[in-house]
Amino acid sequence: MAEKILMKGNEAIAISAIRNGVDGYFGYPITPQSEVMETLMKEKPWETTGMVVLQAESETSSINMIYGGASCGKKVMTSSSSPGISLMCEGISYIAGAELPCVVVDVMRGGPGLGTIQPSQSDYNQIVKGGGHGDYHNIVLAPASAQDMYDFVDWGFDLAFKYRNPVVILADGIIGQMMEKVEMHEMKPRRTAEEILKAAPWATTGKPSTRERNIITSLSLDADIQEKFNRKLKNKYEVIEENEVKFSEYMTEDAEYVFVAFGCSSRICEAVVDELRAEGIRAGLLRPITLWPFPFGEIARLAKQCRSMMSIELNLGQMVHDVRLAAGGTCPVGFYGRQGGNIYTPEEIVGEFKKFNGLA
Amino acid sequence: MKEEIIIAGFGGQGVLSMGKILAYSAIMQDMEVTWMPSYGPEMRGGTANVCVILSDKKIGSPIVTKYDTAIILNQQSMDKFEQTVKPGGWLVYDPSGITRHPSRTDINICRIDAIEGAARIGNSKVYNMVVLGGFLAVKPIVSLENVEKGLGKSIPARYSSLIPMNKAAIEDGMEHVEIVHRI
Amino acid sequence: MSISIEEIKRPENIIYRKPALLTDNVMHYCPGCSHGTVHKLVAEVIDEMGIQDRTVGICPVGCSVFAYNYIDIDWQEAAHGRAPALATATKRLCPDKYVFTYQGDGDLASIGTAEIIHACGRGENIVVIFINNGIYGMTGGQMAPTTLLGMKTSTTPYGRDAKLNGFPLVIADMIAHLDGTAYITRQSVHTAAAARKAKSAIRKAFEYSQKGIGLSFVEVVSTCNSGWKMSPVDANKWMVENMFKKYPIGDIKDVLSDK
Repeated sequence: MAEKILMKGNEAIAISAIRNGVDGYFGYPITPQSEVMETLMKEKPWETTGMVVLQAESETSSINMIYGGASCGKKVMTSSSSPGISLMCEGISYIAGAELPCVVVDVMRGGPGLGTIQPSQSDYNQIVKGGGHGDYHNIVLAPASAQDMYDFVDWGFDLAFKYRNPVVILADGIIGQMMEKVEMHEMKPRRTAEEILKAAPWATTGKPSTRERNIITSLSLDADIQEKFNRKLKNKYEVIEENEVKFSEYMTEDAEYVFVAFGCSSRICEAVVDELRAEGIRAGLLRPITLWPFPFGEIARLAKQCRSMMSIELNLGQMVHDVRLAAGGTCPVGFYGRQGGNIYTPEEIVGEFKKFNGLA
Repeated sequence: MKEEIIIAGFGGQGVLSMGKILAYSAIMQDMEVTWMPSYGPEMRGGTANVCVILSDKKIGSPIVTKYDTAIILNQQSMDKFEQTVKPGGWLVYDPSGITRHPSRTDINICRIDAIEGAARIGNSKVYNMVVLGGFLAVKPIVSLENVEKGLGKSIPARYSSLIPMNKAAIEDGMEHVEIVHRI
Repeated sequence: MSISIEEIKRPENIIYRKPALLTDNVMHYCPGCSHGTVHKLVAEVIDEMGIQDRTVGICPVGCSVFAYNYIDIDWQEAAHGRAPALATATKRLCPDKYVFTYQGDGDLASIGTAEIIHACGRGENIVVIFINNGIYGMTGGQMAPTTLLGMKTSTTPYGRDAKLNGFPLVIADMIAHLDGTAYITRQSVHTAAAARKAKSAIRKAFEYSQKGIGLSFVEVVSTCNSGWKMSPVDANKWMVENMFKKYPIGDIKDVLSDK
């Protein structure tokens, strides 16, 4: 039987990295995610799996260490929180432009600016819509439990290498700081040099006489070549949209009212659905697990079935635009959010739901 | 069965680790748990609190505003959390440092003088375990056997010799808890 | 007497050959630029050490952004100033590799100061080749942190004024104080003799990088005749008369011979 350990979401990220054969972690301290690097430093994986862990001088540097490590075909990751992620966006754009695999964890806090250190989901636009410059997408995974934090590291690297694309685990202060039971799976060893050559023949592993030199770059001065590359990215993104959408549903089969919420908000909305069902109101919940690619199709389907939808987010209303796009005017789409690190209670959402639907 | 608990006091009273041991004990009993602390600068010297939810089923919201039990260890927390106990729930508190004792009549109230208990054991660090014992006496959600296992999981291996003393503290708390109000 | 091309190409008549690791791509550098010479030296060192299959180069943003087109090894193209961060991860994850960055003064001494200082501070076992020509070449001759006082650039059209623009940064001397650096030298490539010395400095830096003793830093004081608006010959003369005063040539630190 797999071992069950009580740990914080942040600790789960660190332990999962060690146990899933990650080659390197490069980071910089910031609340509320510092436990990721603290746990790694305490565990000293360089003595067991050989994993490299390094505290960089800034988030700018850590994401560029990721760029260098990923260029070598290694499984490398970093983590930060909102202001630090803003600094990393330059590097993430380069990584997307150089088509490199990596995993970045954003444990969101309230913004803009230095903001607060309490939980928030206000980086949705930044991470899902881009963040850095240029035409690119991150693959975005939204964990809702410490177990998700553990599982999404490995899933993230699978997607990152499958598509040679940055993957962002978009968590929040609640998921990072909350302790839950985590089931740990079998250890996965780090890749050998031979396995890296096979998985990443494009990597800068040193040029033997048997192949052309490998160049990792995002630079092109020729508009036609750049456009061709952009279209190649577009084709890749279409394949991802086709194949990698993931969501879960709670009580939606007969739902007249559907909530859409991700991460910690989806947990809170489960309680909301339970309360409304207890009152005889047929409510349900759709939780996007991938925020990009976004479950447009499933939301469109539910929009035809229900009287209204509501997007519940710890921000001023960011995902709601995608929900409205998906609903396409088929049903009204409302929004309720809290900001600045404040968190809604299930009762509060029930009240807002009734107000929006004229049920009060 | 679902038990939503808030534990609140000063940083340094062992609030977070009490919650962790309770959560681990519930895992030993194959229950689902969440442990959600307040975090950030308020922890440093100010009040610390942690919400622990134990349940037979998967836990939805880790954020609640009404609790089945409030374990309160200082006046600020009494002011903040007395009113959050669900009617019929329990309020467990340490009277030392409390200037305004709880006044609600629709909840069960008990007190545990954990400083005295810790003095009986001879180590101030087991203060929180005496409190935990007091709580478990009135709400035996987890068995003492599983608490002992939970202690083994939360205390680093190099301190495993301290488990008997922690267990003794829990037993002391169970013995000395004093019911103030029972509905 | 005339001599045919075929005769010239006979092995006994060849006195110079393009280094095996320089590609056939036509360099985009301006005539007279030092980059071409330094590229050649780096290619020769890698070839002579027989480490092509164990070397990873990191290009900067600046004129040498396309260095990967000219030296036949694996390359990473960094964001502006970040090459030492890429090199840090590459070396730590692949300790058997020879890892070097190739950076200009805008890249290393301006936008990338945090990365270079901390790579030095951590004692990363990498090589840094630092081309210092006192100007931003690629963007058209703007002031660099290394621009000399009084020197005219497109953003100091009346000459660099300390009150307005501050003083030049002397990076090699600054990082020599850091415990993580092993070998720091300042070279130039304006004469054949200077180029030979620069080449042995580069070789030493590559050798040191496998000894686990810290970062090796080879500054090459260079010309940018187009940015300086001089002929190549005048640029070399101006460099010797002006740049060398602020950036004197020679070894600054060598932890193995200083002991």
